[in-house]
Amino acid sequence: MNTMGKLSAAAVVGQQTDEPDSIVIRFVGDSGDGMQLTGSEFSKIMGRAGFDFATHPDYPPEISAPAGTLYGVSGFQIKLAAEGALTSGDKPDMLVVMNPAALKTNLPDAKVGATLIINSGTFTQSNLDKAGYAGNPLEDGSLDGYRAFPVDMTGLTAASLADSGLSKKEVGRCKNYFALGIMLSLFDQEPEVEIEDIKRKFAKKDPKIAEANITALRAGFGYAEATELFVPPSQSLRPQSAPGKYRSLSGNQATALGFVTASEKSGVPLFLGSYPITPATDILHELAALKHFNITTFQAEDEIGGICSAIGAAYGGVLGLTTTSGPGMALKTEAMGLAVMLELPLVIVNVQRGGPSTGLPTKVEQSDLLQAVYGRNGECPVPVIAARSPADCFECAFEAFRLATKYMTPVILLTDGGIANAAEPWRIPDVSSLPEMKVTFRTDPEGFMPYARDENLARPWVRPGTPGLEHRVGGLEKDFSSGNISQVPANHQHMVETRAAKVAGIAKDIPPTQIDGPSEGDLLIVSWGGTFGSVTKARDAAEKFGKSVAHVHLRHLNPLPPDLGDILKRYKTVLVPELNLGQLSRLLRDAYLCDVVSLSKVQGKPFMVAEILHRILELA
Amino acid sequence: MNKTIELKVLSKKDFETDQDVRWCPGCGDYAVLSQVQKLLPTLGIPRENFAFISGIGCSSRFPYYMETYGLHSIHGRAPAIATGLKLSRPELSVWVATGDGDALAIGGNHFIHAMRRNIGLKIVLLNNRIYGLTKGQFSPTSIIGQKTKSTPYGNVDRPFSPTALALGAGATFVARALDTDLPTLGNVLKRAAEHRGTAFVEVCQNCNVFNDGAYATLTDKATRDDTRVILEHGKPIIFGKNRDKGVRLNGLKPEVVTIGENGITEADLLVHDETVPGSILGVLLSQFEGPALPVPFGIFRAVEEPVYEDLYAEQAASVRSQKGQGNLEALLNGGNTWEIA
Repeated sequence: MNTMGKLSAAAVVGQQTDEPDSIVIRFVGDSGDGMQLTGSEFSKIMGRAGFDFATHPDYPPEISAPAGTLYGVSGFQIKLAAEGALTSGDKPDMLVVMNPAALKTNLPDAKVGATLIINSGTFTQSNLDKAGYAGNPLEDGSLDGYRAFPVDMTGLTAASLADSGLSKKEVGRCKNYFALGIMLSLFDQEPEVEIEDIKRKFAKKDPKIAEANITALRAGFGYAEATELFVPPSQSLRPQSAPGKYRSLSGNQATALGFVTASEKSGVPLFLGSYPITPATDILHELAALKHFNITTFQAEDEIGGICSAIGAAYGGVLGLTTTSGPGMALKTEAMGLAVMLELPLVIVNVQRGGPSTGLPTKVEQSDLLQAVYGRNGECPVPVIAARSPADCFECAFEAFRLATKYMTPVILLTDGGIANAAEPWRIPDVSSLPEMKVTFRTDPEGFMPYARDENLARPWVRPGTPGLEHRVGGLEKDFSSGNISQVPANHQHMVETRAAKVAGIAKDIPPTQIDGPSEGDLLIVSWGGTFGSVTKARDAAEKFGKSVAHVHLRHLNPLPPDLGDILKRYKTVLVPELNLGQLSRLLRDAYLCDVVSLSKVQGKPFMVAEILHRILELA
Repeated sequence: MNKTIELKVLSKKDFETDQDVRWCPGCGDYAVLSQVQKLLPTLGIPRENFAFISGIGCSSRFPYYMETYGLHSIHGRAPAIATGLKLSRPELSVWVATGDGDALAIGGNHFIHAMRRNIGLKIVLLNNRIYGLTKGQFSPTSIIGQKTKSTPYGNVDRPFSPTALALGAGATFVARALDTDLPTLGNVLKRAAEHRGTAFVEVCQNCNVFNDGAYATLTDKATRDDTRVILEHGKPIIFGKNRDKGVRLNGLKPEVVTIGENGITEADLLVHDETVPGSILGVLLSQFEGPALPVPFGIFRAVEEPVYEDLYAEQAASVRSQKGQGNLEALLNGGNTWEIA
């Protein structure tokens, strides 16, 4: 196992992975400074300008930590790229810094020579003390080697709002729009688009605040235009997005839309039973707002109530869904086993976060894979799929219900806190081009057996209310066809094997595995989930070093693609980078008796491209 | 509905399955099963529209014996499963069969929230004050001092009253019956079936194997008239072999008095009212315990309050009338979009 112990070497490599067609910007400030809003607004505007982007919000678990503290710092990173952003980037080329604590915690991540736009108005003795600075870094030379631009955003915002009639506190809240104004000027965007958004966002709540934010935005924009202090950081960056209609979409939004699409395309209503948990709750928020669709959302009394209500709904003949994150998965375990026994379609979403236990609620990790594949009592197979990017969540949500209804089984969809909260431009698909989902309900009482199976080993789905098909199901082992309770030894073995065969049989439904790079050779990287972008970028970078490296990214993790075993054999070395201690590595070794090299990182952060590239260069 | 379709006249037989009933001979559960099977054909609901959901325990075998849709689930979770079913299919008559361990220990959270929500479930709790299926451990309703396999020196774990719990959680229909008092049992089940919202029925039921005689003083002919009282809406609390005892309130303290003694007349007695706003009277009655007070059976509380699935449907209809039926294309194209030419 190779843990991330060689960061200094990786950092050197990192300097060589600079992507000339992209720029990485990080907005950092207090949790109360509105950095998430500023970052996502900036992303949207740049998306509209035709750039591809990928974002990474990084915020503390506290809603509003004490101001000025190191642990209260909230960040939002965005990579703008001409095309194929894929990751939010390794090291920022540019920091927008709102206070000393944010500078202290984020400067070490920035590239040497990075552009720093700093709100100097917050560099007071008290804030410097809270950040643990002995001197003022703006004055003591510690920023030598960076392109530092101190701007008194606090003071300039206050001056621009002197006549607004707002309180000092309210004025203080507008400085993030001042910062955004500076950024729009730097990146040649007009403030008008954002002004429309501000009006929409704030006008209903308080027109005075809307007006103040607009004033601050214009002031920041005007300041940057007038002072001509800044040199645009990347003149060569030109957008190259494919033609089409786009919107900015986070992974959780995409997941929700995928489920709505599954419901609309199958004609079967959707029921979400869920309990609030970071970072999954936004899926509940999205779907709760869609009561004009055939969607019911139910905020249950606990995680178990969430999944159990979804099981009840599935028994009632609707698409049963529950959404959660790691600790919630643990609580739902017993009910998942019930769903396996009942053989009802159900989708369980785990937006993974750092574990174990409460762990790192707002940070990214991929450490629930083995839990998803194995974590139940008894022989209890559940199909598992994982999304690789925010937009991919849309397709995976649809795929989860396609499998669940076709095979009459619960399906686990893994995403993670990284892609769930990250956003990227999504090219909106034409509804008619999306696949249909065929779902049938048994209505014929003639010869009905609750556990008789079709060619996919799926049992019939019956809606209560159908005359003549009254039947009982339950968690006790049941007779192979009648479904009545059965303790017969041979029947149990038959049922256990049949449930296993049903899930294994999903392999035939998995399309041929796509290999990026040579179809045989020295090194294959196998990845899954949210590491897709980092691995893809690392492979691209390795090619620039003249290395021939192949990459396979898995969506289906249980069962694995039927051609994967053959593919693994065609390479001398298989590298598996994961944000855990090697969980897919174990699955691959187990399934194929094939050794793999694990690259592991569990720091609550995504892989940097350089970290993966470094390992590639050691191996290839 | 097409009125020309003739509904088949159903009988008790139509609700019996071909499965052997596997409760111990002499178990109080048989009486409850029989009463429910008798009741359902009288409700005018097609058989296919009934669903019985249960958890784990002796009582939770119930669905296997009902020729309806049924789901025997996991320990304590039946109310949650039933809630998902009822909310997504409000036209169904959804029943929960549960026990004192299932509903009140492992499933306590789902139980109280079902009561709070007032969702249209009929929850029948078979309370034998013992864990039967695991062969005799104390339950949340076992009495202090009770010797069980897990309390060989006597139980020190204070019990609570299922009806008081339900009332405290805001239940709109709460009733209690004895497995051997068939008229009261039949009546409360019927009223529960007719109630809109969560209907909770506790059935005090004898486990003749692990807790025999738990309710003996309430069921024995010799003692029962002096130890229990059948609640009747609008009537004073009167009991006793000679129907000469009553309960009156002394401040908030209930006390037994004899009618005709010390000038006491019926007019002095506490009068039962199922519809008192709030659950104060129901809670008071639910805490009547022997030997000081008669144990009440019948309907403690029956009030009409907004029903969860109705509120949900009304809200959805109102959103639809404002926004129109959801359109996928419009949804996908919503938010801030931009065109790249």
